[in-house]
Amino acid sequence: MNVIVCVKQVPGTNEVKMNKETNTIIREGVEAIINPFDTYAIEEGARIKEETSGKATVLSMGIPSVAELLKETISVGMDEAVLLSDRAFAGSDSLATSYALSMGIKKIGDYDLIICGKQAMDGDTAQVGPGLAEKLGIPHTTYVRKIEEIREGYIRCQRMTEDGYEVIEMPLPAVITVVKEINEPRLPSLKGKMKAKKTEVTVWTADDIGADKALCGLSGSPTQVVKTFVPEHNVDSEMIEGTPEEQARNLARKLLSMQFAIQVQEEE
Amino acid sequence: MAGIKILKDKCVGCKLCVGACPFGAIVMIERKAEITDACTLCGACVSACKFDAIDFERGAVANAVDVSKYSGIWVFAEQKDGEPESIAYELLGVGRELADARGTTLSAVIIGSNLDDACKKLIAKGADKVFVVDDEGLEKFNDESYSSIFTQLIYKNKPEIVLLGATTYGRSLAPRVASRINTGLTADCTKLEIDPADGKLLQTRPAFGGNLMATIICPNHRPQMATVRHKVMKEMEADETRTGEIIRPDVKIPRDLVVKVKDIVKTITEMVPLTEADIIVSGGRGMGDPKNFALISELAEVLGGAVGASRATVDAGWIEYSHQVGQTGQTVGPQVYFACGISGAIQHLAGMSSSDTIIAINKNPDAPIFKVANFGIVGDVMEVLPLLIKEFKAALK
Repeated sequence: MNVIVCVKQVPGTNEVKMNKETNTIIREGVEAIINPFDTYAIEEGARIKEETSGKATVLSMGIPSVAELLKETISVGMDEAVLLSDRAFAGSDSLATSYALSMGIKKIGDYDLIICGKQAMDGDTAQVGPGLAEKLGIPHTTYVRKIEEIREGYIRCQRMTEDGYEVIEMPLPAVITVVKEINEPRLPSLKGKMKAKKTEVTVWTADDIGADKALCGLSGSPTQVVKTFVPEHNVDSEMIEGTPEEQARNLARKLLSMQFAIQVQEEE
Repeated sequence: MAGIKILKDKCVGCKLCVGACPFGAIVMIERKAEITDACTLCGACVSACKFDAIDFERGAVANAVDVSKYSGIWVFAEQKDGEPESIAYELLGVGRELADARGTTLSAVIIGSNLDDACKKLIAKGADKVFVVDDEGLEKFNDESYSSIFTQLIYKNKPEIVLLGATTYGRSLAPRVASRINTGLTADCTKLEIDPADGKLLQTRPAFGGNLMATIICPNHRPQMATVRHKVMKEMEADETRTGEIIRPDVKIPRDLVVKVKDIVKTITEMVPLTEADIIVSGGRGMGDPKNFALISELAEVLGGAVGASRATVDAGWIEYSHQVGQTGQTVGPQVYFACGISGAIQHLAGMSSSDTIIAINKNPDAPIFKVANFGIVGDVMEVLPLLIKEFKAALK
């Protein structure tokens, strides 16, 4: 069974710090990483291809340096890596990204399942998976927490919901987006690292995948960012001092005097 | 031709753009800014520059439509067992404000089975019209059938704005529909306004885990679509005397679906799911031991709230993933959030900092959680929590 895993390069989030005076993001020493949610997609893709003796291809769209990150995925179970890289893709919103990835996937061809992470850590939109499925004309299921069964032309999986999960059946090919709960990503093996070193990442331009440039990048993106700003966290912090007994009593009193507490009492 | 460039004669080398770039794609060369290949053309630097030294040309866009042919504001009313979910009323709340500002009508779209009561409720909560597609086969949410019906309705009626909840279903349905229609979609908005100058929808949302807010428009495509974060918009008071029109549109209901929902399983046994709770009591590694989570549950129960947890405790296997609050878990915005023994990593803050009132109990006075807390207690959670439970029990008896 052939799997394509879509990943995104994002800035490593731990280093994101705000400069309070200039209201800007301090980005010194920020390394680029593979979106953490996508690591679960990679692991799931690796497991499926191992169990069904198929092929797993990792696919990304980004700047040329993303190729180095894609190489690393070879050490954790991917067989081939493809990067869509072209200035024509710059400025893509989730619709233009869905289109470009769908064209890349069509060029790779012969796939059974496409796996994406639930969402990217930087944009947090969670829109590319379903958008991509639509562009390919195949079904999708989001927030998958478990694959119950997968075989030729068929998948049954669990979608996480607000209060539990649903069991959903789809024909393949299909797209799933996965949540953290689905697996525990493996660490790279020594053999895998050696293989990664030798792997060449395939880089395709918009022309290579036959993409209509009008549908890529800025011109293919209906949405535009008009303003960005750093949210103000003007919190009036009040530290409650005293012995633990005094602290507990004072906190309870303060909360009970607030409006929410009245609602609590009405519910009781 | 679309592109971005620094106007060297205007650039004063102030580095404001360097700090504003979320991708580290601007460097200083000979005291002038330079844009590197890492640029994603997001435009964040343009609004940061105080000297108009960044020229950003978007060029023509594909699939633009005649925006004047679209009118009216729609909200997608999610339902369960024929009863509208609270997100539907929140969308009507903000939709009403937008419709009044735009001088247009507000419609709810509801898809499901046995929806007569639901339609009346949606009108009482602010809808002028309700488009109802009521069919036995549509009782449960299904991506395939719901996206087909919703798309048909949009094509036929041409709404100007379409809002959905940023819920599990909304965040699956909305991108599927937007991709089919080739229009813009903004995820997880926390603020929506009509631009008084040109009537466009200004959609504001957090990105980078809440570190950055972005205002987004969809100028040349319609409808302008957005998903809206749960528990941010205010519902209207229900007014049973409001009148509205109930429309049963002629749509083709897809049968023979390839996507089948075989089973729906509830695993969260508490009365209140995390994302619906007005009060959340969350525990972190400072609780010391999984069995001490009983105190978290007890306080939550006394207050009628839900139990949350930090990533560290979920990773350690103390509690199920469905309780995890934060960037890789659930985003919540209750009226009151108790962070007990949670240090407050940025990823945790991203999932709860929009709570109305935050209470932090932690033994480390320098824990970052205190920076966002309205009330803080420096102390041992194991000592403070039982006392707090006692106080609330006595007061709420």
